[in-house]
Amino acid sequence: MARMKFLCDAERCIECNGCVTACKNEHEVPWGVNRRRVVTLDDGVPGEKSISVACMHCTDAPCAAVCPVDCFYTTDDGVVLHDKDLCIGCGYCFYACPFGAPQFPQKEAFGVRGKMDKCTFCAGGPEEDNSAAEREKYGRNRIAEGKLPLCAEMCSTKALLAGDGDMVADIYRDRITKRGGRPETWGWETAYKKSDA
Amino acid sequence: MRAQTITRKPRSRRRIALVTVALSMLLAMALPLTGYIAHDAGLAWAQSDDAEKEAVNPRSDYWRAVRQGTEGYSAVSGSEAGVLIQNGGENWRNVRNGPLKFVGGSLLIAVLIAILVKHLVKGKDMLDSPTGRKMTRWGGFDRALHWYVGITFIILSITGLSLLFGRALLIPLLGKEGFAAWAQLSKPVHDYLALPFIVGFALMLLIWIPRNILRSHDFAWLKSVGGLIGKDHPQAGFMNGGEKVFFWILFFGGVALMVSGFYLLFPNLGWERDSMQLSHIVHSASGLFLIAISLGHIYLGSIGVEGVLEGMVGGEVDEGFAKQHHNLWYDEVKGIAPPEESSAAPDVSGATPTT
Repeated sequence: MARMKFLCDAERCIECNGCVTACKNEHEVPWGVNRRRVVTLDDGVPGEKSISVACMHCTDAPCAAVCPVDCFYTTDDGVVLHDKDLCIGCGYCFYACPFGAPQFPQKEAFGVRGKMDKCTFCAGGPEEDNSAAEREKYGRNRIAEGKLPLCAEMCSTKALLAGDGDMVADIYRDRITKRGGRPETWGWETAYKKSDA
Repeated sequence: MRAQTITRKPRSRRRIALVTVALSMLLAMALPLTGYIAHDAGLAWAQSDDAEKEAVNPRSDYWRAVRQGTEGYSAVSGSEAGVLIQNGGENWRNVRNGPLKFVGGSLLIAVLIAILVKHLVKGKDMLDSPTGRKMTRWGGFDRALHWYVGITFIILSITGLSLLFGRALLIPLLGKEGFAAWAQLSKPVHDYLALPFIVGFALMLLIWIPRNILRSHDFAWLKSVGGLIGKDHPQAGFMNGGEKVFFWILFFGGVALMVSGFYLLFPNLGWERDSMQLSHIVHSASGLFLIAISLGHIYLGSIGVEGVLEGMVGGEVDEGFAKQHHNLWYDEVKGIAPPEESSAAPDVSGATPTT
């Protein structure tokens, strides 16, 4: 079985936010909720780098570990999904997640947040595939349609890759070997001093 | 130049060609060698440049900044949207799912076992000589406040414990759907009951401070653990040493509980994740500790000691109870001794008639 992964190539991402827009449109997520976002470091400075980030579908997912109602589950494809019928909106997954993936439609006094929403790798939720209930709660189930996540499909520079981890890694490895300029084996020079050359 | 060369004789042209080729070869061999000259001349400069190049590999710096939680720019608005990776979550997860659950859970079980052992070994602490005469111990306001805080505290405890231990203890019993329904109710009840609880709890803590100032005889009470060690019943005023210590744990634990709870209750005020993680740990730890000591309080205030509960229910206690457990207060009420507030001096033996 495939193990689904995201990979964002920082050398290619141009911070167009096409992935963010594509995701929001495809799943019609509520106002204020963004399942994906692009973060730029050193914005406006030469050498700035951007990364598109969403739920990374961790193997040992922190959100699932801290959820008081145990609403998370991992599919056979390695996609981390959650059951909104069980979710109580406590926000613990948001405290635990390194990537800031869990989103809440509300953020009000007395801890009112609403049901958590996050990237589903376009794989929907526990409801029947492509049912109206699934579409309403989790957005479109492209995986069930045999398609990959729309964010990566739409990426104009193909910086964002989504799919089986082995294939994603092969594509990235191929890019690195063909890519000119500075070698990307950073740390190599630190490990092996010039005298060893 | 070329025009001139063309007009020359073939012999001279060949010579020029030879010289050109020779010069070209010489240059081709010599030019790379100039690198050594440049290298030797500017050795220090060249080296520092190399080191700089190694140090500022933009990729390694980028990922280092990411791992350190450096905030960048994101077109998406939201709390900490510019932070690519926050590291605190993993620490919070490990503390919550590790020591917090284990130590907290063990503490509650240990207290329950201690109560059970005490009750089985020592039994109920009976009144030596009930008199049938009553004296007023708790006024109506004190009693109302106590039960108000007590009942809200118990509801908050059950709902709070459900969120921490429910996944391990209640899901096997109720199933995921059943427990989620309970948690769905627990969370808002816990959140909305918090403020009414705080109002009563803070008021109770403030107005009961004067009664709970520790006196020298209270330390003697604590040393004998309220009479468990030794034969004589230690002396006590309106509140005994144990009750006073319980009060002060409630006081300081309660402040931690209320302040951390305030943070957790109002995510809309813009707290970031690190404050929420810290608040959650402080809130859970202080809550668990207060629940643990409250279990002891509930036991001693009900089936553990005869004659104590009626003081908080009807307001009156038996004179025999007062004499046995709060002898200094009994003397004070009967006009035998001065009020406890004036007995700050170490020597209080004068205020203990044995009759």
